[in-house]
Amino acid sequence: MHGSGIPIWFFIGVLLLIYGVMILGYGVFELATGSYPPLVELTNLHTPIWWGGLLAALGLLYVVKFRPGRAS
Amino acid sequence: MFGLVPAYFAAGSFGSLPALLAFRAEPLAHLRPLDIAVIAIYFGMVIWIGFYLKGRSNTSEEFFMAGREMTAWIAGLSFVSANLGSLELMGWAGAAYQYGILATHWYWIGAIPAMLFLGLVMMPFYYVSKTHSVPGYLHLRFGEHARILAAISFATEMILMSGVNMFAMAVVMKVVLGWSLTFSILISAAAVAIYVTLGGLRSAIFNEVMQFVLIWGGALLVPILGLIQAGSVAGLKRQIIANMHTDSYFHMWRDTGHFASNPMGVHWTGIVLGLGFVISFGYWTTDFLVVQRVLAAHNLRAARMAPIIGSYFKMAVPFIVILPGLLGLVLLQNPDGSRMQLVGQDVVKSCTADDSASQVDAADCAAAMSKTTLPADYQQKVLTGAPGTELHSYNDALPLMMVRYMGPGLLGLGITALIAGFMSGMAGNVSAFSTVWTYDIYKPLINKQGSDSHYVLVGRISILAGVIVSVGAGYLVQHAHGIMDYVQALFSFFIAPLLAAILMGMFWKRATAPAGFLGLLLGIVSSVGMFIYVKMNPAGLATIALSPDAKPMAENLYRAWWAFCIAAIVIFLVSLVTKPKPVAELDGLCYSCTVLPKQEPVPFYKNVWLWALLAVCIFAALNILFW
Repeated sequence: MHGSGIPIWFFIGVLLLIYGVMILGYGVFELATGSYPPLVELTNLHTPIWWGGLLAALGLLYVVKFRPGRAS
Repeated sequence: MFGLVPAYFAAGSFGSLPALLAFRAEPLAHLRPLDIAVIAIYFGMVIWIGFYLKGRSNTSEEFFMAGREMTAWIAGLSFVSANLGSLELMGWAGAAYQYGILATHWYWIGAIPAMLFLGLVMMPFYYVSKTHSVPGYLHLRFGEHARILAAISFATEMILMSGVNMFAMAVVMKVVLGWSLTFSILISAAAVAIYVTLGGLRSAIFNEVMQFVLIWGGALLVPILGLIQAGSVAGLKRQIIANMHTDSYFHMWRDTGHFASNPMGVHWTGIVLGLGFVISFGYWTTDFLVVQRVLAAHNLRAARMAPIIGSYFKMAVPFIVILPGLLGLVLLQNPDGSRMQLVGQDVVKSCTADDSASQVDAADCAAAMSKTTLPADYQQKVLTGAPGTELHSYNDALPLMMVRYMGPGLLGLGITALIAGFMSGMAGNVSAFSTVWTYDIYKPLINKQGSDSHYVLVGRISILAGVIVSVGAGYLVQHAHGIMDYVQALFSFFIAPLLAAILMGMFWKRATAPAGFLGLLLGIVSSVGMFIYVKMNPAGLATIALSPDAKPMAENLYRAWWAFCIAAIVIFLVSLVTKPKPVAELDGLCYSCTVLPKQEPVPFYKNVWLWALLAVCIFAALNILFW
């Protein structure tokens, strides 16, 4: 976003960070307890862990890079 | 935000969305608390953004044009996102399941050339004229009558589309999640009303960009995991050929030499002229819903670059839409482990009770299934109501693939992406409606002397009114299912004549005001006439599409082409016998009469022509690769 104010990328970063942490957290829980959802395929790939981690990392990057008040 | 879907699916899959209301004992997916939390956080975020942006939407320029301060990236993502709604995702995934990568035409030739043309050639006119809307450009070029006709037809289309979109979303949520129609409609309408009324176009654009990220974050896993399970693209291809006994699912052009050679029943001339030129250029360069996003760019260079950036993302969308449909062909399984075969909506409707109290007509169901390739023993199981033999339609391909790979949290993210698509689509409709209503209907016809703050207030009220009318239209569609086909077809009625008027206005200085108005009017009338003709006389399809082998998809393409030709011919002939505007009055409105502002020199890597050329090369390479 051009001009002053909170950039859209910050909002997106916040959302991705929250989602990433939630999904990663569930993936860790899944791995620790060994309880996988029935009928879901490829649970052996532990998708919530790497996808959640990816979302969280991307979100964190955007939150830091586009945080309010940071000079562009 | 039906975008391009209605023109193609008016008689097909989503044209029969109400049929999805047929009673199902079980929704496709069951959400866990983590999924609900993911969805709730999204709603909280959009409301937060709406309240945050309220303070930055006080003037009409801020409210209706987002202050014209969007970067090329944001305008470009918003531009492409305005056509990336959930109905598009689900509809085209279903089309890919049905027709293979022929469906990709609607993402490549049906978008890329037009997007590049908008950025390179047309954007300077829209931008230099400082118009607030496409009808506004018509006003400057062809006068008040053309503006009013375009504005009223566009506003009507937007509001009805918004209603149909809302109803369609509620139906999908009912089928996928088991939510009640009223719950889905009221929650989504309230959220959209709050954030668009508060933040105007800026809020709509913010949410479109967010939706774009969510769609990729939520849907990208499906093709990745699907390809892993199918054993790469080579494995997918091998299994499809083994299952379907043909390789035509992987060819975009090879089988379009005759209507009967491909399952869509289309010919390459229809794809090139009807889709690649008229519908695509009409939608991407003259539909105000998408053009408004680019007009919000902060300078001319950003406005030109935005559609070019969007074209790259558009070329990538088939990866999350078409590929899941193809993967569904080989990976979806019935509970007993056999390959699941999706069927048309009409078959699902015939074999599903309308409610828990009614019965399926076995003869109807058997007759409908006999036209499919479902194995005989499976048909028998469906008829006897054996457990686990529920039929699913083509449109369920994407949700079924999501449910297959996404556990708690991830499924919530996927569903959030669908909801975000629906909501930003509705927000796009009502924000475009609000701008056209305020600038092109209210201001010229009702109150020409209002203050700036008055027009902002009118804009906010029109958004609220638009949402309320949309809800009403949604319920109207629910109770009068036949209307849906007509509402969806509205899109195709206006777009082709509008393209003819705008192209001739921009590139032919001799085009006159009466000619522009008459061409627009007669183009719309002829398009409606052809639609009614085929509705009343299905055999008329062969006349419109020039072949007895043509299917409904072809009718949409050729109807658009003929409507464009009629409008263009009328504009040409009437212009010859009417008085044109003096050239001096066409500055900024007509190509040969305008000196475009010189752009400041930029490094080569920021040159719009360079990026457009690269996009053309990728576009050509993709078409050759999947020839």
